[in-house]
Amino acid sequence: MLKSINQISEQTFLLDFGENIDIKTNNFVIFYSDLILENVNLNNYVGILNCIPSYNKILIHFDPNTNKKKKILDFLNSIFLTPFQLSTSKKIIEIPICYEEKYSLDLEDVSKQTNLSKKDIINLHLSTIFHVYMIGFMPGLPFMGDINTNLSVKRKLSPRINVPRGSVGIVDSLCVIYPNNSPGGWNIIGRTPIELFLKNKKYPTLLNPGNKVKFKSISKKEFESLYNEN
Amino acid sequence: MKIKDNCFNVLRGGVHTTFQDLGFKNFQHLGITTGGVVDNNLFHLANKLLDNQSNTPTLEFTNQGPLLNLKKGKCRFAITGNVKFNIIKEGAIMFGIPNRTYFLNQGEQIDILGTTNSNYGYFSIEGGFKLKKIYGSYSTLTESKIGANEGKKISNNQLIFFNNQGSNFNSKIDINFKISNLIRVIKGPQMNYFMLKNIFKFFDKKFLISNSTNRMGVRLEGNIIKATKSHNISSEGVIKGSIQVPGNGDPIVLLNDHPTIGGYPKIANVILSDIVALAQLPPRTLFNFKEVTLNEAENIYKKSILSFTNKLKEISKT
Repeated sequence: MLKSINQISEQTFLLDFGENIDIKTNNFVIFYSDLILENVNLNNYVGILNCIPSYNKILIHFDPNTNKKKKILDFLNSIFLTPFQLSTSKKIIEIPICYEEKYSLDLEDVSKQTNLSKKDIINLHLSTIFHVYMIGFMPGLPFMGDINTNLSVKRKLSPRINVPRGSVGIVDSLCVIYPNNSPGGWNIIGRTPIELFLKNKKYPTLLNPGNKVKFKSISKKEFESLYNEN
Repeated sequence: MKIKDNCFNVLRGGVHTTFQDLGFKNFQHLGITTGGVVDNNLFHLANKLLDNQSNTPTLEFTNQGPLLNLKKGKCRFAITGNVKFNIIKEGAIMFGIPNRTYFLNQGEQIDILGTTNSNYGYFSIEGGFKLKKIYGSYSTLTESKIGANEGKKISNNQLIFFNNQGSNFNSKIDINFKISNLIRVIKGPQMNYFMLKNIFKFFDKKFLISNSTNRMGVRLEGNIIKATKSHNISSEGVIKGSIQVPGNGDPIVLLNDHPTIGGYPKIANVILSDIVALAQLPPRTLFNFKEVTLNEAENIYKKSILSFTNKLKEISKT
């Protein structure tokens, strides 16, 4: 639950939900940040420039020119009068993934580090129903968890200069998908052919915080037929 | 678009020339960062000189700017900042003066040679450029390839379209943007990750602006600051001005195109009114940080906005 609201700069409030990284805490964050964004989009709160949820924090970026600091703070406090409700959605978004050697750049390495066979790693990954903690760093990139502790690996010592778009990476209990070619230090165990960020859509991200995700294994041939080069 | 529309032909794109306005709002939760002009004051001045609406997109250039040939139409433009540029009319080269307007006829050229003792300058045109609005903004995010000009910087041989034939009056202002080597900050949310002796070092010793500074962040060198508690925090939202300290000890001050969330401890935040001053310091410049309270920072900001608004009243028209 919310621990505190603090103004941390001339244009930000930090809403702090504690230090835990777990789905329970994150569900609170998502419920209230969705509520804030809904109000902002209805134009009830001009003056809020960004509402950025993460594992256990919400950062509110406001316009320092409007003199609405007090009003925004009152609004934020009023949001927390709404009782928390756990989402009842049972929807699971399925994401195709190809684990074949060409796309699973670090599978061998992860196997060595965890003493699990490649097949075991794939099965553990496929059997996980992921929770999307947050979207960020770059457009459309989901941070998802929780991976079975047996499959926990550290960040790569030297990051790759270019991780191909769609690559699926793991570190600790978390899993990400790179929406674009990018440098990155996550251990790549597979790749999805589908796009996570659709530029021309009003709601451009495939995933949103709080979504449930399951991976579905596909062959290299299926990957190639679904992959759209550009 | 057809060539019959008003347009420039880009003979040289420059180092990093992009369309920018005040940036994207309420998209950071999807990973789309704020972007927008680095130097708000120069941006507002560039539009004010031309009587443009306040959020009209401009071309922002870094160091060396573009060389533009007016292919079709006429226009009135202004260049703001500490900028050297030439206007080429019928083969004759005329030195340009920043922070005033000029009229340009078809076939004439503007050669923006570069910024002096600063990094960013602005080129605005009466009536604005003809661009597609994306996610409520005309800004360009080149890292994410989102926004105006297909998310790319201006390149050689492309065309740039604009709306109006310029009207025939001139305006100008005498304005000096002072360079400060003292950048004020407030405490960051993770200052307690650092030992007192490292916090003292952060304020006592000078930092150097690195050559690899860009619109994502001002990278600092020459004063290694190591966190003690941990080099990582659980990732959280960040905004422009946050000073992140990665494991190698060289701090990064986030600028407009920063990633939307960050996992490094933030020792301090540059105060709002000094972010531009820092961003305009050229690479290899030495400077110091100085701490102020949040309350002082708010008052400094209010005063700086007021004095800039008053300064703009000195624009004279002829």
